[in-house]
Amino acid sequence: MTTSMDSRADRPRPGETDRLLEVKDLHVEFHSREGVAHAINGVDLHLDRGETLAVLGESGSGKSVTAQAIMGILDMPPAVIPRGQILFQGRDLLTMKPRERRAVRGAEIAMIFQDALSSLNPVFPVGWQIAEMFRQHRGLNRSDAKAQAIRLMELVNIPAAKERVNAYPHQFSGGMRQRIMIAMAVALDPKVLIADEPTTALDVTVQAQVMDLLKELQAQFHMGLILITHDLGVVADIADRINVMYGGSIMESADVRDLYAHPGHPYTQGLLDSIPRLDMKGQELYAIKGLPPSLMRMPSGCPFHPRCAHAQDVCRSEFPPRVELGPRHESACHFAQEVVRG
Amino acid sequence: MADPTGSTTSTAPTSHDDAPVILRAQNLTKHYPIKGGVLRRTVGHVRALEDVSFDLRAGETLGVVGESGCGKSTLGRMLMRLEEPTGGRLEFDGVDLYSLGRREMRRKRRDIQIVFQDPYTSLNPRKTVADLIGEPFDVHPDAVPRAGRRRRVQELMELVGLSPEHINRYPHQFSGGQRQRIGIARGIALNPKILVCDEPVSALDVSVQAQVINVMERLQRELGLAYVFIAHDLSVVRHIADRVAVMYLGRIVELGTEDEIYERPTHPYTRALLSAVPVPDPLARGTRQEIKLQGDVPSPANPPSGCRFHTRCWLARDVCSTDEPQLVERNDGRGEHRSACHFTEESVSGRTTP
Repeated sequence: MTTSMDSRADRPRPGETDRLLEVKDLHVEFHSREGVAHAINGVDLHLDRGETLAVLGESGSGKSVTAQAIMGILDMPPAVIPRGQILFQGRDLLTMKPRERRAVRGAEIAMIFQDALSSLNPVFPVGWQIAEMFRQHRGLNRSDAKAQAIRLMELVNIPAAKERVNAYPHQFSGGMRQRIMIAMAVALDPKVLIADEPTTALDVTVQAQVMDLLKELQAQFHMGLILITHDLGVVADIADRINVMYGGSIMESADVRDLYAHPGHPYTQGLLDSIPRLDMKGQELYAIKGLPPSLMRMPSGCPFHPRCAHAQDVCRSEFPPRVELGPRHESACHFAQEVVRG
Repeated sequence: MADPTGSTTSTAPTSHDDAPVILRAQNLTKHYPIKGGVLRRTVGHVRALEDVSFDLRAGETLGVVGESGCGKSTLGRMLMRLEEPTGGRLEFDGVDLYSLGRREMRRKRRDIQIVFQDPYTSLNPRKTVADLIGEPFDVHPDAVPRAGRRRRVQELMELVGLSPEHINRYPHQFSGGQRQRIGIARGIALNPKILVCDEPVSALDVSVQAQVINVMERLQRELGLAYVFIAHDLSVVRHIADRVAVMYLGRIVELGTEDEIYERPTHPYTRALLSAVPVPDPLARGTRQEIKLQGDVPSPANPPSGCRFHTRCWLARDVCSTDEPQLVERNDGRGEHRSACHFTEESVSGRTTP
């Protein structure tokens, strides 16, 4: 089988750099009758081949909107992108013609979602849905496309793939459905895979299997992986680098070991401290006081200042600059140096 | 009933060994019929809960963990008698709750209350906080005199860390964490002895989850409540529970103190479950011994024969597919650590990983 998937898997071709994706100063707003929700306020991020970037954040932090903007699946309107660039191998996705963008979506940048059951069409066999990728994008005939579907189902470890290629989504368990989604996502050998909370709906023993599969496939195909999650445990297990998001901005960006060992932002510190730990048994958990901000009424200055123990006057008036704390380690905090020193 | 603010305030949260047993579940079983065909005849049963027995002591927290379909939520509803049992007894205050008539049951239910997982759907959006938290008083009018209700609701709000001025607001004006506090305030409104919490913090963000857990622990200290804390998050359960029951496909497979379950697990499933939890420490990557189970949890409509875990167990032998292992005591301490496995010794020795 010499499809594109096997041939291109190893090293970059001449003329291709390692930098796959570069997001610059991205802003996303949602316009509604109640007003404007500022979901993303100036996000910068980048992703290289073979790299796993985790985007960590709580609900409303903008992590999923960032992913949807990169994938080009935001509903516009109500979403508006007033500023910013999303460069995929140097070409700005936001200024591309719809036709070109469609060719990138799914084939070059693919995505898997939290809820596999509602992402699959219940009235078509799963094999047919995977094969559709090859018919639409590669122009394969029915039997070749079906053979590809079986190969992919085997790749993601679905037992008895040949027999089950004609089964419907409801005939699979949650873990199996997520594997099928992964098979569809990697079908066309994308360079970038975005996984939005891929294991949140799964049981813990199944989550471990699915995360292993993602890791394996990423190494095998040398993809850049963006993992959107709220789970500090999953991140520690799989990511190379982390971007911590809060209130639509990236608060801290660092290599994974650096971030857990020397968090340089009060929000990151608070998150790490609120995990229940063994030696804290019987004591009060550390809790970040207050609530995440409303996107409609973003606080002035630093979005975290109403909940921050370090907050001074400057935090209420000015958005903090990015402070470099070390190689590949940046924190958007006026007092980053003090915070990282503890 | 004792005044909640002035009663038992023990600051030592650990040992409840001497506390009296207030709830005793014996062989609780629940089968749901599966209807099929044109005549809607019963074609089979979902065995949601099978022979579940445990004691709950006053003031302690019993954690119940397990994956989807293990029966933990059914168990929670059975403890409230929101479901009628297929078999078994539930002893509270010396009587079997399942033998009580409607009126007597309603009176007993004052002592056993429940908090649900989803603070977005378990609160009626058309009612104010005053109505929502005060609702139990409509069912039990003798609990608080009508004139004192508003005052009492404000007390409860303060107790769970909500501002009493917000008494006339509606649920949508609160965040998820605040809504769960409303649910908890409603749960403790009648001064229950037992609060069943079904995934109370699962829908909340990490930073807010810690706030709600702290509120629950404080309330337990101040009011002497016993919790049945049902959750799938093993680290949260470890933090809050005194004892833990691990469930798999409708059965308790292991029961012990928090320390016994997490530090000295004897059932292969418990070990696999614990090892599958991602550790929030990148330095642990690749260093810990991970047990990777194959496949998914089988369907409770058609559970495997013998030991229900045998289809995914790396220790399984012939006997496991024919004989159901009993929940027996393990000799490693006070004799309350129990697990249901034919090959516990091998499992404990730790050398036999897949």
